[in-house]
Amino acid sequence: MAERVRVKTMSPPGHVRAPHYLRGKTGEIERPLGAYKNPEQLAYGLDAAPKELFRVRFTMAEIWGDRAERAEDTLDAEIYAHWLERL
Amino acid sequence: MPHDHPGHDHDHGLSPSGHPFRADNDAPLTYWQRMEIAARELLIEKGIVTPAEVAAQIDAMDARSPANGAAVVARAWCDPAFKARLLSNGSDACREMGFDIGALHLVVVENTEDVHNLIVCTLCSCYPRTLLGLPPDWYKTRAYRSRAVIEPRKVLREFGVDVPDSMTVRVHDSTADMRYLVLPARPAGTDGMDETALAGLVTRDSMIGMGLPKQP
Amino acid sequence: MDSAAASFYLCGMSDTDGRRWHDMGGRDAGPVPKGEHDFALWEKRVDALMMLCSGKGFFTVDGLRRALEDMGEDAFETMTYYERWMAAVNQNLVEQGVYTLEELGTRMEEIAQRGDSYGEAQDG
Repeated sequence: MAERVRVKTMSPPGHVRAPHYLRGKTGEIERPLGAYKNPEQLAYGLDAAPKELFRVRFTMAEIWGDRAERAEDTLDAEIYAHWLERL
Repeated sequence: MPHDHPGHDHDHGLSPSGHPFRADNDAPLTYWQRMEIAARELLIEKGIVTPAEVAAQIDAMDARSPANGAAVVARAWCDPAFKARLLSNGSDACREMGFDIGALHLVVVENTEDVHNLIVCTLCSCYPRTLLGLPPDWYKTRAYRSRAVIEPRKVLREFGVDVPDSMTVRVHDSTADMRYLVLPARPAGTDGMDETALAGLVTRDSMIGMGLPKQP
Repeated sequence: MDSAAASFYLCGMSDTDGRRWHDMGGRDAGPVPKGEHDFALWEKRVDALMMLCSGKGFFTVDGLRRALEDMGEDAFETMTYYERWMAAVNQNLVEQGVYTLEELGTRMEEIAQRGDSYGEAQDG
């Protein structure tokens, strides 16, 4: 069974790659992608620590509720581990 | 062919890709153009880049086009083992075909009779540029970046693609280090076609998921 | 205005959900414009400088995106794609000490004297 995760709701200012529309939303890990340098440090010219990156799949119903065109359609996004809470 | 281009006193015609050329060398010099010239000259004087490198880089980008992706797609349609490699490691499969894609991390997603895939980058305009060349203008617009994730079916219909309710739409938001290519479904009635002919059916938009391959 | 908003207003405070302008997914927007253009030589050069300098380690794509995001929504609305990328490349090169603002400003002034068009000014 796929692993369930929730995107953190935090909203620090600056360069982050977790889109706002996914914050607080629950999905499942579609695949692990390996570790990539943290863009939140790279963006400022800093030495960046590798962070695990995952493709997370969400249903449109989970993201948009009643506004979804079709509940079972999906959205996949790449989210770094430090933005995910395991459920 | 004659081509009316306001503000220009000579004919720029159409580019090889069939689009109008953008106002270029004879338009009034802008601040940002001066900045490009200045930055380039300073980088050259400081030994960071050479004029030959700049020219070679432009040639390399110009050589990248949707035809590269079309060749990859057509190979996948003809060769099941290649398709399996493409879906498991898109970058290696493209390199195997000889394409210089740099450090691209390519994820290939397959359209089937049950699934239609669509690519967007809501945070900027990430695109598999080292395979397909530069993205189309519409891909970078506020409208596409805003709407593709919430009403993909409606946006698809605006582009002439009607995905039936019996199919699942999967949107892929290129939020980090991966770039995406849609492997369109092979059109019916193409059994006798060879790889080269098949590649001619593969459009740029079909590899973004905003179009379908041409019918033979 | 609700009471919380009213009290912020009265004491001059502000609040935000932290969402930034470039984070567009799910916002309301009109039809997708379908017009397309090829790029001018100077735009291709901006692209080339971006690829070469990032390849040589002077900045990362995230450094460029950060600069683009920090330029704000006005820049997105009023500048072309490669104008914004030029500004972002320059911002990163200045931050990395590749050249100084004095060098840049002086050279841009010299370039303005070379002619009225990009074609006349593009080579020193």
